[in-house]
Amino acid sequence: MKFSARSLFANALSGHENWPEQFPDKEPKKEYDVVIVGGGGHGLGAAYYLAKKYGITNVAVLEKGWIGGGNTGRNTTIIRSNYLFDESAGIYDHAVDLWDGLSQELNYNVMFSKRGVLMLAHNVHDVQSFQRHVHANRLNGVDNKWLSPEECQEFVPILDISQNRRYPVMGGALQMRAGTARHDSVAWGYARAASQLGVDIIQNCMVTGIRRGPDGAIEGVETVKGYIGAKKVGVSAAGNTSVVMDMAGLRFPLESYPLQALVSEPIKPVVPCVIMSNAVHAYISQSDKGELVIGAGTDQYTSYSQRGALHIVEHTLMSICEIFPIFRRMRMLRNWGGVVDVTPDRSPIVGKTPIEGLFVNCGWGTGGFKATPGAADLFAYTIAKDEPHKINAPFNLDRFVGGRLIDEAAAAAVAH
Amino acid sequence: MFLIHCPYCDEKRPETEFAHAGEAHIVRPNAAEQSEMTDAQWSEFMFIRDNKRGDSCERWWHVNGCNMFFNAVRNTVTDKFVKTYKMGAKRPSNAQIQKWKEGV
Repeated sequence: MKFSARSLFANALSGHENWPEQFPDKEPKKEYDVVIVGGGGHGLGAAYYLAKKYGITNVAVLEKGWIGGGNTGRNTTIIRSNYLFDESAGIYDHAVDLWDGLSQELNYNVMFSKRGVLMLAHNVHDVQSFQRHVHANRLNGVDNKWLSPEECQEFVPILDISQNRRYPVMGGALQMRAGTARHDSVAWGYARAASQLGVDIIQNCMVTGIRRGPDGAIEGVETVKGYIGAKKVGVSAAGNTSVVMDMAGLRFPLESYPLQALVSEPIKPVVPCVIMSNAVHAYISQSDKGELVIGAGTDQYTSYSQRGALHIVEHTLMSICEIFPIFRRMRMLRNWGGVVDVTPDRSPIVGKTPIEGLFVNCGWGTGGFKATPGAADLFAYTIAKDEPHKINAPFNLDRFVGGRLIDEAAAAAVAH
Repeated sequence: MFLIHCPYCDEKRPETEFAHAGEAHIVRPNAAEQSEMTDAQWSEFMFIRDNKRGDSCERWWHVNGCNMFFNAVRNTVTDKFVKTYKMGAKRPSNAQIQKWKEGV
């Protein structure tokens, strides 16, 4: 069924009680051309693009929990592409290109809002570093502009730009194409669109093993719902990638950390965009419901527990209140955690593995949501053509042997 | 926040006194070995990690305390510490970890 003003009107007449299910909950078939492990935005998107662009519709997406229950539903929904290096600008801006028009393409409102991302500079180093980012971005065709403190305040009226503060605002870099989207809708929209093209979405189906033939190539996956044959397997399992890869006998340059986020009680609109401050280490936006959405940094230890420590949250809120004393008496409603897979250079790995027929999309660390459509599109290309697209070719696994790292960790120096 | 037992102080102290220092029992090759190593072997030492789901051996640093490094077995699903032990002790076997868990 297509969503439209007409279908909305027709269903309103029957009290919204007769909407059909958005996507069927399938049981696995014996064999598929492609099995995607992980039913988050990246995995569902890859299945959608495989069906849509490459005509490969005999695809299953296996999700160990429920659709949108992992990092796709746990992030702070920031979308931006103002990364320093050419490779990163390429891959993240490809995603922003696809965010534009994604609601139309999926016939599902993902609520992509280009409200802008403003990164505040608090010291001379910040000013120089952000201006370098602005110039590098413009050379790569990524929009980003430098704002004076007065222009920052004009854009964000609640910002205090007096220069006698502990962390004075000395300017800011603003990317206007950046913003936020509704994360659940991204998962549901891709799931619905993919299943309409014939993709099977199988929930509560954890992968427990990867079966390889005598020549070493992929034959299929063992799951809690039995063995499923597959010519190709794409792993898009975020924090649990190391666990899945271990089943195939591969060790990866990944470590999984808890990352927390929290939202406040809803208030009237006061935060018009996403505001980040690397020096104070805080970022904040406001959801359409009115809640302040705040992201913390990762906990220091590796963990798969999907929750973190309270002192991390406390530190984050101290930073938020340092920049915006206006929020000091706000109460926080909810706080949760996800497990993020972090690579040594804080850039993702999207491409082939040493095993024939096994592909991987991982290592997005703390910033995977923004890349969802782009990563999904490039991952589908890589699986369909059996070779990486030129945008994701630099994000290969071999760079950790050859040394051609894409060191956004040093470039950003903050959780993104 | 964890309460972590430092085997040198022999005391349980809050997590903020400690820094997580990565996977334990990764031995840095000496100079002679390094000159013989291939890129792949160096990558293995430098970047590749077990990232184990379950009982995992890891290093901690009592940076705001006695300033000593030590090792710990911690379950990365429950976040519970099984045991901390001094530097130099060998990686505990699975059987040993099981015994510690049962309190033997």
